[in-house]
Amino acid sequence: MTTDESDAGWFASVPPDDLDAARDAIEGGSAEVPADWPRLAVASGFAADAGDYYDRLRESTLHAAREAVAERERADDRQLIHAVRAMDDCERVANELAERAVEWAGSRFDGADSGIAGARAIAEREPDDDLDRRVISLAARAAALADERDELAATIDRVAPAVAPNLADMAGPELAARLIALAGGLESLARKPSGTVQVLGAEDALFAHLSGRAPSPKHGIIYTHEFVRGTRPEDRGSAARALAGKLALAARADHYSGEYREVLHEDLRERMATIRARADANGDETGDGDE
Amino acid sequence: MSSSALPAGVERREIDGEARLATRGTPVYGEPTDGEWRAWDPERSKLGGMFELGFDVGLSGGETVLYLGAASGTTVSHVADFAGATYAVEFAPRPARDLLEAAEPRDRLFPLLKDARKPETYAHVVESDLDALVQDVATRGQAAVATRNARFLADDGRLLLAVKARSEDVTAEPDDVFTEVLAELEGAYEVLETGRLDRFHEDHLGVVATPR
Ligand SMILES: C[S@@+](CC[C@H](N)C(=O)[O-])C[C@H]1O[C@@H](n2cnc3c(N)ncnc32)[C@H](O)[C@@H]1O
Repeated sequence: MTTDESDAGWFASVPPDDLDAARDAIEGGSAEVPADWPRLAVASGFAADAGDYYDRLRESTLHAAREAVAERERADDRQLIHAVRAMDDCERVANELAERAVEWAGSRFDGADSGIAGARAIAEREPDDDLDRRVISLAARAAALADERDELAATIDRVAPAVAPNLADMAGPELAARLIALAGGLESLARKPSGTVQVLGAEDALFAHLSGRAPSPKHGIIYTHEFVRGTRPEDRGSAARALAGKLALAARADHYSGEYREVLHEDLRERMATIRARADANGDETGDGDE
Repeated sequence: MSSSALPAGVERREIDGEARLATRGTPVYGEPTDGEWRAWDPERSKLGGMFELGFDVGLSGGETVLYLGAASGTTVSHVADFAGATYAVEFAPRPARDLLEAAEPRDRLFPLLKDARKPETYAHVVESDLDALVQDVATRGQAAVATRNARFLADDGRLLLAVKARSEDVTAEPDDVFTEVLAELEGAYEVLETGRLDRFHEDHLGVVATPR
């Protein structure tokens, strides 16, 4: 039998007729390479023959897909907001605790690395006394919180495309969730003009600007998007404007129709190509000479 | 007009007074029918367009198939009508709801909510040595998706690919995009036939290839 669980067929540890176990195996399993699963399933006794195997596969894939579709349809923007806030809290607290554990460990053991990686290393140690036990336990809790953060990120990756397919595809699941959270919901994001979307998350800078203390901010959280960050500084304003415009349309499409609209994504790629072509054109004129 | 034979289970039949491609099965998208036969609309299906344009797709019926980008099941339902075990991968939940309806009356159509860019997330379900890989994902990186999924094909299996130029680069000339995509495909496949699908699908290229 297969020794490496991760490269076994989906049916390897599924009890016959347990559709929920089958669903977990189909959704969560993986294999680097496919194999002759119908033959292996018959050989392992999971199915009587190939026809029986396919009947079971059919029942299981239909069940898994049906449940997943229903689950994603039940997901809503509120859940996404909770998840992204919880993820940020976990990250912040994990880092604080890790720092505390590492600092404390530094007074007792040598060679502790900083951050979460350091906390993970400390958590692996064997305690010699009661104080060691406290330091190691604290480090283990920091590491567990960091794991929880990663689980929340994976959940956001799954839920965001169901809540807002266009926004999630355009912004990536995490940024989509943050924009929805900053706006206070998908509906209120969908109602915002694109200029507001552009500076969401830059409220402090915007306030400073409105009270005459600073220039107007060119972008808020959308700065983290590759289209803005990866564009040369003098074109970032245009890139942020173009991206915010399409994100606003994406949020409206998601809120009002929920259908994936390919044309929105094509339009954005087209705008970005134009903006970036400017840099190439200028690059040709000025060459790499100094000015 | 068509030079190649159609697979068993796909026929040209008179439906509503017109000779049309058809397969036998439960209707899915409001297509016209004649008894058990349902018209296969080449305007709504890239693979249907390839059949209609006489591509030599190398299918004779009863094949095992992996279909990437199944959407609501329009095309994959016709495929399941004439093929054997048919695995349908789609990552968007909304069209997947309709895909489920297309799959329910068919006994060898297996829907999978998976990302076609990550074949390792379904290689524990989809069997090896498939006869055909049909791909219509219409997102960037279409050649990379086909390359990564080559692992599922038998040595003499067929890739039947529809490339949408605008998905790769909206500003480039479609011909330039197609040249690039074909060059990238050459890494994993030997290309047997290509042809524009423009009569039915603007700025799309149909490709038939076999693994190297
Ligand atoms: C042009 S539509 C396919 C139409 C379908 N082949 C038909 O003829 O009935 C493209 C589909 O590919 C899906 N898609 C795009 N990228 C994908 C990916 N990485 N994994 C799975 N599906 C993907 C989209 O959600 C969309 O439903």
